[in-house]
Amino acid sequence: MTIEFFAGRYPYILIAVLLAIGLYGMTMKRNLLKKVIGMTIFQTAIYLFFIQGAFKQGATIPVYTEEFGTDPTLYMNPLPQVIVLTAIVVGVAITGVALSLLLVTYRRFGSLDEEVIIQSMRESA
Amino acid sequence: MDGFLDLAPLLAILASAIAAVAVPLTGEKRRNLRETWTVLAAVVKFSLIAMMIPGVLAGERYGMDLLEIAPGIGLSLRVDPAGLLFATSASFLWILTSFYAFGYMRGANEAKQSRFFSMLAACLSATIGLCFSGNILTFVIFYEILSVATYPLVIHSGSKKAYEIGRQYLIYALTAGIALVAGLAAIYAVTGTLDFQPGGFLDAEMGMPFLWTVFLLFALGFGVKAGVMPLQSWLPNAMIAPTPVSALLHAVAVVKAGVFGFVRLVGYIFGPELFGAMGAATFLAILAAITILVASLIAITKDDLKARLAYSTVGHLSYIVLGIAILAPQAMLGAAFHMITHAAMKITLFFCAGAIYVHTGKKKVSQLDGIGRQMPLTMAAFGVGAVGLAGVPLVGGFVSKWYLGVGALDAGLSIYLWVFLLSGLLNAAYLVPIVTRAFLRSSPDHTRFNEASPLMVVPITITMLFALLLGIHPDGVFRFFSLAEAIVASVTGVTFTGGI
Amino acid sequence: MSQLPALIPTTLILAGLLSLLVGLRSLRAGHLIALTGTVVSFLVSVIGLLEVTSSGQPIRYALGGWIPPIGIEFVLDHLAAYMTTLVTGIGVLVLIYAPRSIRHESPGKAALTYPSMALLVAGLAGMSITGDLFNLYVFLEIAALAAYALLATGRRGGAFATLRYLLIGAVGGGFYLLGVGFIYFSVGSINMADVAARLPELLESRSVISGAVLMVLGLALKMGLFPLHFWMPDVYTNAPSSSAALIAPIMTKVSAYAIVRLMLDVFPPGFFTEALPIAATIGWMSAAGILFGSIIAIGQQDYRRMLAYSSVGQIAYVGLGIALANPIGLIGGLLHIVNHALMKGLLFLIGGAIQWRTGLVRIPDMVGLGKKMPWTMYAFVIAVLAMVGIPPTAGFFSKVYLMIGAVQADAWVWFAVIVLSSLLSAIYFFRMVEFVFRDVEGAEESADDSATGGVSAEELRGAVAGEVPPSMFIPIAILSAAVILVGVFNFLIVRALLEPAVAPLLGG
Repeated sequence: MTIEFFAGRYPYILIAVLLAIGLYGMTMKRNLLKKVIGMTIFQTAIYLFFIQGAFKQGATIPVYTEEFGTDPTLYMNPLPQVIVLTAIVVGVAITGVALSLLLVTYRRFGSLDEEVIIQSMRESA
Repeated sequence: MDGFLDLAPLLAILASAIAAVAVPLTGEKRRNLRETWTVLAAVVKFSLIAMMIPGVLAGERYGMDLLEIAPGIGLSLRVDPAGLLFATSASFLWILTSFYAFGYMRGANEAKQSRFFSMLAACLSATIGLCFSGNILTFVIFYEILSVATYPLVIHSGSKKAYEIGRQYLIYALTAGIALVAGLAAIYAVTGTLDFQPGGFLDAEMGMPFLWTVFLLFALGFGVKAGVMPLQSWLPNAMIAPTPVSALLHAVAVVKAGVFGFVRLVGYIFGPELFGAMGAATFLAILAAITILVASLIAITKDDLKARLAYSTVGHLSYIVLGIAILAPQAMLGAAFHMITHAAMKITLFFCAGAIYVHTGKKKVSQLDGIGRQMPLTMAAFGVGAVGLAGVPLVGGFVSKWYLGVGALDAGLSIYLWVFLLSGLLNAAYLVPIVTRAFLRSSPDHTRFNEASPLMVVPITITMLFALLLGIHPDGVFRFFSLAEAIVASVTGVTFTGGI
Repeated sequence: MSQLPALIPTTLILAGLLSLLVGLRSLRAGHLIALTGTVVSFLVSVIGLLEVTSSGQPIRYALGGWIPPIGIEFVLDHLAAYMTTLVTGIGVLVLIYAPRSIRHESPGKAALTYPSMALLVAGLAGMSITGDLFNLYVFLEIAALAAYALLATGRRGGAFATLRYLLIGAVGGGFYLLGVGFIYFSVGSINMADVAARLPELLESRSVISGAVLMVLGLALKMGLFPLHFWMPDVYTNAPSSSAALIAPIMTKVSAYAIVRLMLDVFPPGFFTEALPIAATIGWMSAAGILFGSIIAIGQQDYRRMLAYSSVGQIAYVGLGIALANPIGLIGGLLHIVNHALMKGLLFLIGGAIQWRTGLVRIPDMVGLGKKMPWTMYAFVIAVLAMVGIPPTAGFFSKVYLMIGAVQADAWVWFAVIVLSSLLSAIYFFRMVEFVFRDVEGAEESADDSATGGVSAEELRGAVAGEVPPSMFIPIAILSAAVILVGVFNFLIVRALLEPAVAPLLGG
């Protein structure tokens, strides 16, 4: 039973694992860069979810070709792919901002360790 | 004429609101012009209110609905006997207090007079608004405004102590306000209406838990201002304010607003029958009775004159609350009338205390030996007020006490009659000696005749006469007695024939 | 006229981009462009509002001419018009206010701040009018990115606090997106109206349920609903005053609005209450948040930190309104969106004014400030009266409606929470009022406060009554008046906008 359970759903399980890793990285790691990496993994998991959802066996890319004709079931669903593209753009922007913030923080505090920074902020407050 | 009178409540509120703005704009430099605004507003306000008396006694209910302020409920003004009773006395006494205050503030050379008079005017607007509120929402709005507007007056002196007391005052007042809002919300959620109805509009169908929650919330809200124990401690502390404030607000306006709230609660929200049936009446009566006795006892121990008067006020406010809680028509009549007689007598006493302070710097009872020789008019007025509070005939206090006592007997609650009688004795104990010592003992400081300024002595005399008149011919002054009778009639359906 | 909804965000986006380009050359021009764009957007919102209330019909616009549900559409209905007017209005006021404040607190960043503000408003306005679930995510992230830019320019801890906010925001956005995915794959559409039409048959499906939960969870994170609020205090404390003044009033509110939109127009009535205990969960978290925010705010020494914790409590009122799910409770919550925006905006603007004039940020330092800045302090009193809930200010009415809603829903614990929290807010606010108006011995009314970080006597020239410059004073005055007027005339808003908005609750 377990084999079928996994075989049919392995993409989703992978996605769930990635989500968990991402969240773990964001919360448990002290190093800010590692947190950002965790965030990226988290986001990637979500992209994979959409791509996976759009996938159909035996279907081709959603560009009209003569052989496949007008039957929609033979083409993969373009909408989730578009969603993913947009989400990736958003993710890039967020990561970019995150990294610049990281730089500024490093310049100001001299460290990327969360605990050290919090301590430093408390002292100067 | 009728159409105009419908506008009268709104105009009356606005009169002092305008003064509240005009006063600070005129400023300290043009003092006399500034005081004119106050007097003008007071006279206009009182005239408008007095004009409505005949009509209301005949059954008219003036008023108007202002804007709708929440879905289905509006700011609405209605003039009925209860509101008119309170409003007339407040506005009349404001005229006198204004002159008195001019004398007091100038005599003591107080600072920030513009702010003082402005806020005082604002308080009066709020008080009159409260009186003429046609529904609970309007009432609560004005009640809150009153709490906020009195704060600058309490902290007037700006001393550290004043701020501490002001903070305590605000906490009490705001908590009370919030309790009222909560009660209001509860009532609206269940009944969909907030209009005051003579005889009440809640009914037993709504369930005891709900009714008791509402009662307790409103009791908290009104009890703070009415000084019912254990919520009374802000009142003696608030005496730190200048005496005109203590006199008008804490003897006449603010505290009476609390008591008036109880009138509305029992007469126009719950209705006497329901209130009695649910046991709230007994609960309230017991609290009030305890307050009366304990406050009177504490008053005896106080040497600071204003503190003594403050505790006396606490006690007398609970006379009114007790009278309401007894539920017998006579008792309610006595309670309503006591709102007026107590105001007249107490304000006289406070006026005297203030005059003495401004003129001689004395604040304590023990310092007042022989002062009768120096300030005979003042002390004579004090004497009248004192015996009136004790319940001696010829002064108004006797009349209201009479009805309170008769009502208690009527309701089979003769223990409360004993409470009234005992309290009368205690009143005498803490007030009369002041007078006797002032006249009969001698002291080196007080041998020459030297009254306070006429601006103060004249109002004192007038309030003293007011108190006397209420005792000799209760209905003679602005038909207060008839108004009180009308309240009882509309709430209980019982009418009285003849006078005393 | 049907193009109108599109004008709201696009004007702002264009203004933002243009402002960035021009601003690098001329700061003044950059500011002017951003301001003009926001004003235009505000006017368009108002026109849209009038149109929608008079005709009773929403205005729909299909992006690019592609017919929904294939294409993305903007829907300006009562609730949307209500939100956009609020968002753009606050945007206008803060943009008027910003230049002086920024020059004082974070000089050199001005060129980037104005475009970011325009983009933030664009994102939030777009969120309010979109009729497409994914489009909501896009605008949500636009707003979030702009917010990160605005917040990071603050003092020492600004970048770090913003980074934390960013991480949490990414999670929130991510959950929301995941939720959208679940819904899409179950229902086959991401157009709100279309989803609403198709959902009823699929309610049992586990993916729909997961989708709903994930979407709400993501939005709750962005909203700062307790216990997901922990990013707020640091962010508001370390942000420049004008940024905080823009973000605090509106950002979390639009996320709350999104939850309302889901509850009313996407998922069937009763789904959030009966099928899943979403409403109840939000309710208990809100109740906790209200108490938590009010209690912790009391101990705060830094003005902005106090406001931040207060905001945690206040957004929870909106959450409570959502949870009550009866018309008057929800109306109370929705009304509180505007009320709190006005009150909190005013408080942050005042904070910025204080910081400009005197450089002070800690409450204990502000003793006797009433002498130096009386008019600002009067505005502060008005704001305080509103926050505590004294009639006839705006704050009173939303609280009363929430109370009534709680009683009607038999939610007596929540009722007690509202009552208690009003008392608690009175404590921390009045404490400050008293402080500020105290007569301090030897408080010189010096015009030069550069020593404490405020302005020098020279810069003070041209200030209104010696307090703050007109560009800062006018928005404060406008908001003070608004707080009172919105209170007195609140029923107009309720009648015209909120009652139609909650109509779906009544089984429509």
